[in-house]
Amino acid sequence: MKYRVHVRVMPRQGLLDPAGQAVEQALAALGFGDASNVHLGKAIEVDVEGASPEQALQRARAMCDRLLANPVTEDYSVEVSAA
Amino acid sequence: MTRIAVVRFPGSNCEAETIRAARGAGAEVTEVWHREPDLGGADLVILPGGFSYGDYLRCGSIARFSPVMEAVRRHARAGGAVVGICNGFQILCEAGLLPGALVRNEGLHFVSRPVTLRVERTGTVCTAAFRAGEQFTVPVGHGDGRYVAPADTLAMLEAEGRVVFRYVDGSCLDAPANPNGALHDIAGICDATGRVVGFMPHPERLADPRQGTDAGLRVFASMVAATAPAAVPSPSSGGTA
Repeated sequence: MKYRVHVRVMPRQGLLDPAGQAVEQALAALGFGDASNVHLGKAIEVDVEGASPEQALQRARAMCDRLLANPVTEDYSVEVSAA
Repeated sequence: MTRIAVVRFPGSNCEAETIRAARGAGAEVTEVWHREPDLGGADLVILPGGFSYGDYLRCGSIARFSPVMEAVRRHARAGGAVVGICNGFQILCEAGLLPGALVRNEGLHFVSRPVTLRVERTGTVCTAAFRAGEQFTVPVGHGDGRYVAPADTLAMLEAEGRVVFRYVDGSCLDAPANPNGALHDIAGICDATGRVVGFMPHPERLADPRQGTDAGLRVFASMVAATAPAAVPSPSSGGTA
């Protein structure tokens, strides 16, 4: 069965995120001075085959560990839905 | 004669200068397409600068799975010399052949300008022709050159003397010495043996005396000196012709 996996890759907490800071400053300049702690990451969507949602998640985690996220600088989370 | 292989990935764009600089230093150089399964018996392999696979996902993250990278890994495991320049450094980090990662420059800008480097570690395949503490100036050109690593990795690199080049004040008028916010001002590192080296600056872009200075050529001279097949023993003293 095919599942839609949603992968979210974010810069690791505590690492400098200059892109997030730039967006935060731009938001402040537009009057959103209350916006804080802005971080930019990546969203990746991929269909995978699996016998169960758990198995699809496991496949997706293996993809993250090998390619989709850098273990030195990023953290990821995965969610699954029906394809 | 030292044989050097320069790998070309789709999106590499520094291979021509790199080949030219290596030849200028006296090496026999071949270009190797990234789909090749071996390095043709080279003593040293260079992963050159550029934007392999368009820098998609992360710089170097896709190139590391090219078929040639298995050959590069085998070559490194067997004690062969591997050098990554700029995008090549990013690929070596992504491949786990060097620790840490290269992320977006602190200032977000692509930086293209000269930097001054201090040689922190001699005797590697890129610094055999330098003295410790020597400084030289070559260009950088990158958007993702900020070296980062976990604190314990940084401490290990420092303790084991594996920082090869560090950005220092010297060249660039009012610009900061460190062009990208790299931790510990790190421009380049090596593995535990000094035979796998990666760095962000581009010595190949300043390796012809007609440019006014060929400061980068000594990096390539180092590669040749460090990998030259054992020299023929010189005749014992006393012999005359």
